[in-house]
Amino acid sequence: MLLIHCPHCREDREEEEFHYSGEAHIVRPLEPENLSDEEWGDYLFFRKNPRGIHHEMWHHTAGCGRYFYATRNTVSYQILETYMVGEKPQHTADSAGASQ
Amino acid sequence: MKRYSGFSLFKNALSYHENWQKIWRSPKPKSDYDVIVVGGGGHGLATAYYLAKVHGITNVAVIEKGYLGGGNTARNTTIIRSNYLWDEAAQLYELSLKLWEGLSQELNYNVMFSQRGVLNLGHNLQDMRDIERRVNANRLNGIDGEVVTPERVKEIAPLINISRDCRYPILGASWQPRGGTARHDAVAWGYARGADALGVDLIQETEVTGIRRKNGAVVGVETTQGFIGARKVACVTAGNSGVVAAMAGLRLPVESRPLQALVSEPVKPCLDTVVMSNAVHGYISQSDKGDLVIGAGVDGYNGYGQRGSFHVIEHTLQAICELFPAFSRVRMNRQWGGVVDTCPDACPIISKTSVDGLYFNCGWGTGGFKATPGSGYVFADTVANDRPHPLAAAFNIDRFNTGALIDEHGAAGVAH
Amino acid sequence: MKAVNRLGSGARTDSAKTINFTYNGKPLQGVAGDTLASALLANGVNLVGRSFKYSRPRGIVGHGAEEPNAIMQIGSGAGTVPNLKATQVELYEGLEAASVNGWPSVNFDLMAITGWFGRLMPPGFYYKTFMYPAKLWMTYEHFIRKAAGLGSSPVQNDPDSYDKLNQHCDVLVIGAGPAGLTAAREAARAGARVIIADEQSEFGGSLLASTDIIDGLPATEWLDAIVAELQGFANVQTLPRSTAFGYYDHNFVGILERRSDHLGLTAKTGARQRLHRVRAKQVVLAAGAFERPLVFAHNDIPGVMQASSVSTYVNRYGVAPGNDLLLFTTNDNAYQTAIDWHNAGRTVVAVVDSRLNPTGERVAAVTALGIQVMAGHGVIEAQGGKRVKRALVAQLNAEGTQVIGPVTKIACDLIASSGGWSPAVHLSSHTGAKPQWDASIVGFRPGKSQQQERSVGACGGTYTLRGCFEEGASAGAQAAMLAGFGDDSLMFPVPEVLDIQEQPQQALFLVPHTKSTSRAPSQFVDLQLDVSASGIELAVREGLESVEHIKRYTAMGFGTDQGKLGNINGMAILANALGQSIAETGTTIFRPSYTPTTFGAIAGRDVGELFDAERYTAVHRWHVEQGAMFEDVGQWKRPWYFPKQGETMQEAVDRECLAVRSSVGILDASTLGKIDIQGPDAAEFITRMYTNSYLKLAPGKCRYGVMLKEDGMIFDDGVCACLAENHYLMFTTTGGAAAVMAWLELWKQTEWPDLQVYFTSVTDHWSTATITGPNARKVLAKVCDDLDLSADSFQFMDWREGTVAGAKARVFRISFTGELSYEINVPAHYGRHVWEALMEAGEEFDITAYGTESMHVLRAEKGFIIVGQDTDGSMTPADMNMDWVVNKNKAFSFIGKRSLERSDSVRENRKQLVGLKTLDGAEVIPEGSQIVFDSKQQIPMSMQGHVTSSYYSANMGHSIALAVVKGGHSRLGQTVYCPLANGRTIAAEIVSSVFYDPQGERQHVE
Repeated sequence: MLLIHCPHCREDREEEEFHYSGEAHIVRPLEPENLSDEEWGDYLFFRKNPRGIHHEMWHHTAGCGRYFYATRNTVSYQILETYMVGEKPQHTADSAGASQ
Repeated sequence: MKRYSGFSLFKNALSYHENWQKIWRSPKPKSDYDVIVVGGGGHGLATAYYLAKVHGITNVAVIEKGYLGGGNTARNTTIIRSNYLWDEAAQLYELSLKLWEGLSQELNYNVMFSQRGVLNLGHNLQDMRDIERRVNANRLNGIDGEVVTPERVKEIAPLINISRDCRYPILGASWQPRGGTARHDAVAWGYARGADALGVDLIQETEVTGIRRKNGAVVGVETTQGFIGARKVACVTAGNSGVVAAMAGLRLPVESRPLQALVSEPVKPCLDTVVMSNAVHGYISQSDKGDLVIGAGVDGYNGYGQRGSFHVIEHTLQAICELFPAFSRVRMNRQWGGVVDTCPDACPIISKTSVDGLYFNCGWGTGGFKATPGSGYVFADTVANDRPHPLAAAFNIDRFNTGALIDEHGAAGVAH
Repeated sequence: MKAVNRLGSGARTDSAKTINFTYNGKPLQGVAGDTLASALLANGVNLVGRSFKYSRPRGIVGHGAEEPNAIMQIGSGAGTVPNLKATQVELYEGLEAASVNGWPSVNFDLMAITGWFGRLMPPGFYYKTFMYPAKLWMTYEHFIRKAAGLGSSPVQNDPDSYDKLNQHCDVLVIGAGPAGLTAAREAARAGARVIIADEQSEFGGSLLASTDIIDGLPATEWLDAIVAELQGFANVQTLPRSTAFGYYDHNFVGILERRSDHLGLTAKTGARQRLHRVRAKQVVLAAGAFERPLVFAHNDIPGVMQASSVSTYVNRYGVAPGNDLLLFTTNDNAYQTAIDWHNAGRTVVAVVDSRLNPTGERVAAVTALGIQVMAGHGVIEAQGGKRVKRALVAQLNAEGTQVIGPVTKIACDLIASSGGWSPAVHLSSHTGAKPQWDASIVGFRPGKSQQQERSVGACGGTYTLRGCFEEGASAGAQAAMLAGFGDDSLMFPVPEVLDIQEQPQQALFLVPHTKSTSRAPSQFVDLQLDVSASGIELAVREGLESVEHIKRYTAMGFGTDQGKLGNINGMAILANALGQSIAETGTTIFRPSYTPTTFGAIAGRDVGELFDAERYTAVHRWHVEQGAMFEDVGQWKRPWYFPKQGETMQEAVDRECLAVRSSVGILDASTLGKIDIQGPDAAEFITRMYTNSYLKLAPGKCRYGVMLKEDGMIFDDGVCACLAENHYLMFTTTGGAAAVMAWLELWKQTEWPDLQVYFTSVTDHWSTATITGPNARKVLAKVCDDLDLSADSFQFMDWREGTVAGAKARVFRISFTGELSYEINVPAHYGRHVWEALMEAGEEFDITAYGTESMHVLRAEKGFIIVGQDTDGSMTPADMNMDWVVNKNKAFSFIGKRSLERSDSVRENRKQLVGLKTLDGAEVIPEGSQIVFDSKQQIPMSMQGHVTSSYYSANMGHSIALAVVKGGHSRLGQTVYCPLANGRTIAAEIVSSVFYDPQGERQHVE
């Protein structure tokens, strides 16, 4: 069971307070009408789903109600960082690859 | 292949079991195959078996990074049923169920398919509307099923609590008598033995590390034992589909999530059917060994760790104790997790890809075990003929672009 | 029966205090401090069960969690518990124990007949037979199931309750043996908050049965002192009878504390068991090790025991489980058992040591006692029926792989065996750490873990007492430092113990027989599941190579002991059969639970009425008092209908529906989700979320909107009102409230953080009474004098703030019935007052309370959809005939808009919402019926849609139904068919989905 640091509350809280909300940093296309069905389908459904470093969204549902991002290893479940929406991750698959 | 029977057992007992034939060979990989199946789980082995048996394609290798049937085949709760809502899904699962019904004899390997029936409980009015809708659809599709009262539920599963005083009383259920359970490992072993006997090479402890392409077509796979050529590559790697797809530069509409299950200590027979509940969120059956076999929904986050979070187990057992208050004093012997590839519409992908000669069969979510024979059957046909089997057509990956999803969330076991 | 094997008081028992209990109905006596196992052994009970597959007689083998055989049903009735290990059951007055297998009794077992056919049941035999004829499998299975299982589940509800404690600590120490105790003491002194848990009834681990001298004191006295010392720390929590059963991610450990099981079958007060959910900064695993039995022919006969268990029964419990002991060992350590047995005054027949030339200090001590040591020998077979009668001993070659000398029969009634020790790597393994084979200790050491933990003492492979103390102390100090306490230096001197010089052990996993493994009498590896060495070799012969395949094919390690005794031997035998090293073969992964864990304890309090929260409206008590029937909608309890004396549901619903359209009805609509939305960008944001526009919605006005997911499918619907400039109130469906809130927040926070808009869920802050019907205005006028209710001034889709029955109210003139309606929202604590005032004001109009069922009928008469009932996640607004609510000309591409243009969304022949009118108006089509165009078609039929809502409408005088039908909007007037389960088919005509008042005139009534 994960222990998640909420960057808004600045506290480590139990996973049960949070909801996972999918892959982070997926930007909604500015002009959806100009996309092909394939491009739109890609935005809607296709995900990186990596084995290893993953940037993802969490919602502190039973806490502050804020969304934030986490960089988590999907194999070890280790959370390398949590950070605010609008921020860039410190850890990426490339940087983690070097340290593993 | 030497046939198994009571007589062969007796004969071998006389010679102290020293003369049993190997269940399958351990061949060195050839340099080249007509078809390479990536993934030696139940679905991959069934695919190889039907390629050889139905389509006469025997120059086939199954390449498995670990041991045969060691992924979700080894980790599921073995429930088999075909009472899905939508025509496309129902027909595929019903093909599978029909294959299950003759599978032990087909394979000469007892997969212990036990048609003890499956109850899907309803706990609120909308549950019951959905159950009516699904059972009616099943019936008109030629699939057995009926809507039963709480009293009938109690007859089928006497230890269940049908009191109206509990938090979410049981209002009724769907009942599919032909559903049931099977011995999960035996399914993989039976298909493996059958495929091997037809000439398929089963190559274990060998990991596919790359998919080699030339001019947009597959030419073979890189493995930890070197390059192996193939005209067609069929990927059936549940729990790892995204990783394998990436080897061919493809992305999938799939997220890999932990799915947990647990068993109790063995107890004397006390539950003779399979009971599933969407609203109260758990499912349970009793294995032939006596273990209560229990599962629930997937964990909330992506994960390849073959383990999930403890609070999911807590919620699952709350559901089980709610449905079966008498089981509260029974004890959990073991818990574990698998990795399931979930699709947005809770339906699988059985599809050609944009790479010639490369096929994917994935995204079965929590419901893959029951589909093993049917999945292998239609996938083998799709690979052999390089066009979707009629029952696989709706499960094309293009549906995520056109929007023609097959929303089985309601019927896919446990709702999310 | 006389306690023939009772020596007197042991170190932890008091023979003066007797305890009565029964075993298989027979009254017996134990003493205070006994386990059920020690009491049974004291009474000379040899036979405690029958094996799973072959029904072979089995006796007690171990003394703790490793016990494979002594599986008991404890108690009877509602409190009965199956499958407890007698070695872990503390004796209490009146305890009832029964063996779980054997019919008609464990002593005379007819099922033993299967034992005679044992040779016909090698591993995998199920897969090879029972296949023909196919239809007989269910019959075969019935008998297979009957023979399987151990104890029996209770059939009554659990009389006990269970609770949970969420705990946080700096250092969690698991295991209170020598290593754990010193670790806890160091961590505690450094100032860390420490929890130390141990599965046994009291702390001490191996020290409880130890004859060592520590700091000049007998081990048990030293133990009492350090336990008292630990209990004296304010920052230490000691948890005996507490099993750490699972080690989960991020240092979360589940610990099951048995609070009352040692006192009686059910708890007299409080919870029977407590689940500690511990989140620890650092974990010290000091879980000990399991002695590894030696595998020889018929090593399962009662009277073959673990050497350390024999010592434990003698020293700790004062019980000698036999008379003439033969000790079979591969190591020095087990010689202590011969010394203990000798000191107990019983006979050591011989020590059989597989090593050629044992010379350690304990060996010398045994020799000095005049006990014969047979070096270079092995016990190759035990003989006897329900009790060991003799051992067959023979000389072995140096590698221990072959019998090289003649076979000697040695009479004995107890064979203690020791093949060395296996660290308890289970908890470490739960974290995903892979155990690593270490030939130097002939065992698997814990692997590298990602968690903040370390294994010390025997579970890390350190077996000397001094080593355990040293490792424990430094691990405690280190863990405290890493948690922020102390500087890693030791605060206490390491306890002084005598060093005993030992020689290396021999690795011996299968004792050879004069016959080959396949022909020798069964050499059991996993006693609980009857897995033998020949079974493992057979599996290899059949081509299975992976340790996981062997485990699954033979069932090795799948028992309730989880292979604590057998697994290592089994893996080594497998490695040998494959011609591999043990390191190459590897081990299977251990999973939680370390020992079985009660379902009820894992469930905790969240069962029964606390299974899920119940949400009530402010008017709930009134509904209860009126005798309302309730419907579960999400967590809410909503009044379903209000039956009067003697009324059926249909009669009540008919009455309620007629009342609404003829006069006035009142509905508790408080459960609708309400989200308060504020900010300069609120209108822009809302317009992005709904399919229509809110940019020009003026204060005082309301608008109905539909919300889509980005895939274009309907997700929620409701009315949104403009309360003031930059201030809106959004109504959601009852079930969708939380999801909509999260959805709004998701877009605002992650996609458009620049928009200034804020959301507050106010669902529970407001109580909503809807009064609806031609007399609604008259009723409202009686309790509201500060609003101009005239039709011109307070129009349909307006809202006003006013005073209703003295309470500040927001009154919305919106309608879900098609009648003149006011939804009166007041602060929740005025809810019941206002409701009752409306009831009183409406009395002259015979105001009628109605529930969700009538609400459904009334809205269906108007063709209004219910999201989730008439839609199912695959429906667009166009499918619902609601294109009027989609504004495709908005500047911003609202959520879901693009998906409405995908090829499947614009496909002809999508399922579309229509009305159905049965040819026989009295006939109500069952909801969920499937629809076909050709009623004569054979199965499988082509299904064209289904009935989503269906009712008898008293207002219309006939049944009505809503359905989705392929191409339905262009099929008005056509006849469709609903084939029912009972074989009948109902014919119906496709009609408009609006049955009542299609012009919408009713809500403009003056």
